[in-house]
Amino acid sequence: MRRVPWLPIVAILTMLIMAIFAPLIAPHDPIEQTLRDRLLPPVWMADGEVRYLLGTDTFGRDILSRLIYGARVSLIVAVLALVAGGGVGLSIGILAGYLGGWVENVLMRLVDAAFTFPAILFALLLSVTMGQGLGTLVTAISLLLWASFARVIRSEVLTLKQRDFVALAKVRGCSTLRIMASHILPNVLNTFMVLVTLNIGVVIIAEASLSFLGAGIPPPTPTWGLMVSEGRASIADAWWVAVIPGLAITFLVLSVNLLGDWLRDQLDPRLRQL
Amino acid sequence: MGRFIARRILQGAVLLILVTAIVFVLGRMTGNPVDMMLPEDATAEDRERLIRTLDLDGPIHSQFFTFVSNALQGDLGTSIRMRQPALDVFLSRLPNTLAIIPWALLLAMVIGIPLGVIAALYRGRFLDRASGTIAVLGIATPNFWLGIVLIFIFAVELGWLPSGRMGGPEHYVLPVITLGTFLTAGFMRLTRSSMLDVMESEYVKLARIKGLPEPVVVWKHSLRNALIPVLTLWGVFVGNLITGAIVTETVFAWPGVGRLTYEAVIYRDFPLLQAVIMLEAVLIVLVNLVVDILYAYVDPRIRYS
Repeated sequence: MRRVPWLPIVAILTMLIMAIFAPLIAPHDPIEQTLRDRLLPPVWMADGEVRYLLGTDTFGRDILSRLIYGARVSLIVAVLALVAGGGVGLSIGILAGYLGGWVENVLMRLVDAAFTFPAILFALLLSVTMGQGLGTLVTAISLLLWASFARVIRSEVLTLKQRDFVALAKVRGCSTLRIMASHILPNVLNTFMVLVTLNIGVVIIAEASLSFLGAGIPPPTPTWGLMVSEGRASIADAWWVAVIPGLAITFLVLSVNLLGDWLRDQLDPRLRQL
Repeated sequence: MGRFIARRILQGAVLLILVTAIVFVLGRMTGNPVDMMLPEDATAEDRERLIRTLDLDGPIHSQFFTFVSNALQGDLGTSIRMRQPALDVFLSRLPNTLAIIPWALLLAMVIGIPLGVIAALYRGRFLDRASGTIAVLGIATPNFWLGIVLIFIFAVELGWLPSGRMGGPEHYVLPVITLGTFLTAGFMRLTRSSMLDVMESEYVKLARIKGLPEPVVVWKHSLRNALIPVLTLWGVFVGNLITGAIVTETVFAWPGVGRLTYEAVIYRDFPLLQAVIMLEAVLIVLVNLVVDILYAYVDPRIRYS
């Protein structure tokens, strides 16, 4: 049995605490500009100041505080998109797998289509037509998620459907809806949880990429992707503005992926090939 | 074989219709299409002409019909910012994207496939775990950030390579690495799992029993068959390549269709964006079709399933 991944768990908890208690933890206002303190390096470098542990950006805003507030955006988007996209995928997977026939055919062709067409294009289209904002972002990222959930859940349901307890429920006269809700659903929840964990990283990267491309939460709200994007212009003079938020993204995604791998081995080793 | 291809063509057509319908609905329902399609300084005459070409006074189904028939005739609207037909703008940028994609794919395969083979051969041991770690790191690193870090190291600090824009061969290095690493982990993981399957098969066991040298068994008998599923990945990769190209070309100011997509977004150039998205969908469908046909040709089991 694999060891419990303590380091990732600690990293994720730290980030959760940062996100939830951001106003209490952050040393500065994340949006307030102090132009006098522009582009100060992190504290361990020659001109670093203790007031700004991770330095400041082009507008003299504290990078650490922006990082802490930015964790909020990542977290909120991740939760909402996983609930929405994962929920839709779960429902479609159960419907397609259990009902079969033409319903399955139509739904799975839609899933194929969603796999072929990159969701980022829809996301960009939505941001231009519906305007930037949390709602648009969550819709866009849900579109990225639902198909992979639906595909895995459906194949689980296909095997569950053959089991005796489903046949028994049918004999006892349970309605189709009832069988799906109280016999099939509870049995795919483990898989669902594994999928959720394995996709947190996907959501965080997608949110950051869309912010980077100017299709995320609009400025001045700090998000990690936007911070990297804003730091790009000053990369020659101040590497830390772009590098530090990127490191935060990599570190967080790495942590949730390691946790997800472990959880999958614990709950549902058959999903290995995912 | 004929039926198989016909089914795939139908699937591609359905995808294109879906994309067109979504683009159409979003363009009509979320605001005044005339305002979205024309520059702010457009004259009353321009507006009048647009309403006529797009049939905006007609009922919705006839608007859709006009939209589709215009698109089929190559009229995908006019870019607001560049004041040129969107199709022309797209086609003028396409060669620049096609100039980096083969190199990025080559890089991803040259690194990803051997790493996948090695990981499969040393399953569960150090080399497997080491290459697994590389893959996990590759997935966790945002592509746009990697590009910026590469610019910082190789353009700013070391001064070895240019930081962006198109030019001589040295301009290709960083964008190709950025786009290539985006794909490497996928190739590696699929090669590994596919190799593991193949190495359990009867014909590989037979090759061993015949006393063939191990390198021949691995690189000839196993890898050749293991690469078949890797081929299908190409279909999925077109989508990924477009996503990767948008990000990479944005970071390196590379004048391809990816950068064009980004420009359409930040300048709110809706006619250009809708054209770019539909044209990219056409590319995706075409490449997928070619990959499917190749796949069916290489692996007869697919044709009859």
